[in-house]
Amino acid sequence: MNWKTIKYNRYLYPALYILIIVLFIAIPYITAPYTIILLSSIFMYISLTLSWTLFSGPTGYTSLATAAFFGLGLYMAGILGDSVPLIVAVICGGLISFILAFIIGAITLRLRGIYFTIFTFGLVELIKHLMLWWEINIVGVRGRFVPRADNATVFYILLAILAALLLTTYFLKSSRYGMALSSIGSNEEAAIHIGINVVNLKIITFASSAFFIGLTGTIMATRWSYIDPYIAFDPFYSFLPPLMAIFGGLGNLFGPLLGAAVFSYLQETLITRFPYSYMLIFGLIMVITILYLPNGLIGLYQTIRQRFIGGKHADTSS
Amino acid sequence: MQILQVEGLTKNFGGLAAVSEVDFHVEEGEILGLIGPNGAGKTTTFNLIAGTYEPNSGKILFNGENLAGKKPNVICQKGLARTFQNVKVFPDMDVFQNVLLGAFFGTPEKKSRSQAKSEVEEILDFIGLSDRTDMVAGSMTLVNQKRVEVARALATKPKLLLLDELMAGLNPTEVGESMELVKRIQKKGITVIMIEHVMKAIMNICKRIIVLHHGQKIAEGTPEEISTSKTVIEVYLGE
Ligand SMILES: Nc1ncnc2c1ncn2[C@@H]1O[C@H](COP(=O)(O)OP(=O)(O)O)[C@@H](O)[C@H]1O
Ligand SMILES: [Mg+2]
Repeated sequence: MNWKTIKYNRYLYPALYILIIVLFIAIPYITAPYTIILLSSIFMYISLTLSWTLFSGPTGYTSLATAAFFGLGLYMAGILGDSVPLIVAVICGGLISFILAFIIGAITLRLRGIYFTIFTFGLVELIKHLMLWWEINIVGVRGRFVPRADNATVFYILLAILAALLLTTYFLKSSRYGMALSSIGSNEEAAIHIGINVVNLKIITFASSAFFIGLTGTIMATRWSYIDPYIAFDPFYSFLPPLMAIFGGLGNLFGPLLGAAVFSYLQETLITRFPYSYMLIFGLIMVITILYLPNGLIGLYQTIRQRFIGGKHADTSS
Repeated sequence: MQILQVEGLTKNFGGLAAVSEVDFHVEEGEILGLIGPNGAGKTTTFNLIAGTYEPNSGKILFNGENLAGKKPNVICQKGLARTFQNVKVFPDMDVFQNVLLGAFFGTPEKKSRSQAKSEVEEILDFIGLSDRTDMVAGSMTLVNQKRVEVARALATKPKLLLLDELMAGLNPTEVGESMELVKRIQKKGITVIMIEHVMKAIMNICKRIIVLHHGQKIAEGTPEEISTSKTVIEVYLGE
């Protein structure tokens, strides 16, 4: 990342976002219901991927807890049902995930690398089995129904979540705290020795990322109508965000966004056309990406651009 | 006035006493040398003072306040900065960003972006990197990465600076420049402790030297006293 491009992007990106958001607001008025549903699904994947990238991108701490926070969000919708307005339920889903992530972060973000990753994955299983135990022994029924919401409402709430997430990511990236997060990924020991409170910064960012995942879970529950712990805490949702982010390229904001958009569009279309082999096709795409596009789609684009523009600094003297 | 007093400092790694019962003090404004054979416990001593590790026992009084058990970020904000023996710049950030992070987070008060930036420009000018501010730190030569690290440490506004083998791996010209740099840092009013193997440098710029061996302090004195001490020659200089 270069200092000058950041200054330049400061004006360009927000203008672009506003334009795109206005376009999206118009969509339910001009398209078929199927398009709205498809777009909602794509928004969900983008939201999960950007939430994951918010924390794991700069710090390099690979979280596999997405399914846990997503599932909590889903359950929040099931538990609150019709008792509160939908938007209140969505915010509750975000908050419960934030609180859990805060506690988990405080316990585990002293761990490094692979231990953190394994712990976060264990968390998904742990919560799944706690929910099963709770439903079987206390509630007496497994699974629950979620009241449905109409397509346009779901679409707008997802759009709002996505806009908030993009703004958060953008302001974080251009702030001193965003730089500090990257420095943790670069060299955590150096970061802590220049006065950065790395533990607090990691915990708060991890919890914020979980907040957005929880919001997304609660609103998506209204599309699924029935959830049980196996559906809600599906490890698939832990693996997808890092895959999509890597597919798009982790280096800049648009990588994960693009990765999630392309990947989820492929998924939604492949799953209907090749219901049995689509996971295989996914696997192939991932293998090819990792082998030949180490910086993802965005990296590919940058390599091509560099060919034409060129120019690199070299440290020639001392 | 003594800016730092270390008393009975001890650190064990398993059965190994990396630092044991070490006592010394640092006078405000001086450049103190810390020497000793490889594995003597010099870097570990820095790690204990800067908060990387918690000592098993002992006191580290910085301006009278005990630092033992405090976190590195807290210690840094109290005015105690360090560099690393194996250079630890943020390799994918440019020089300016590396130093800017020090300016943003190294002091307890929150400063504006423009203030932080002007501080960084001043420091880069002082260190001689003004013409390389947007170079990616990881692509630089060793001596320049070391300068970035010193600049980043200076940006945290230290009163005491710990330099771990600043001269190691540099050619004679670069060693000379680095010696000048350390003297200029002292002139700014910053107290320095430097670990060094380059004898010419340490004998030249330190008025007082401490020798560690197997985790223990075996000698302390002026460069003349150290270079003529029988014990020091036996374990270190005569190697
Ligand atoms: N984190 C660590 N874990 C275990 N042993 C260590 C650690 N750090 C240093 N040591 C050991 O402590 C001793 C002193 O090391 P160090 O302080 O790096 O020596 P010096 O800097 O004087 O060369 C060495 O034997 C080293 O192997
Ligand atoms: Mg050492």
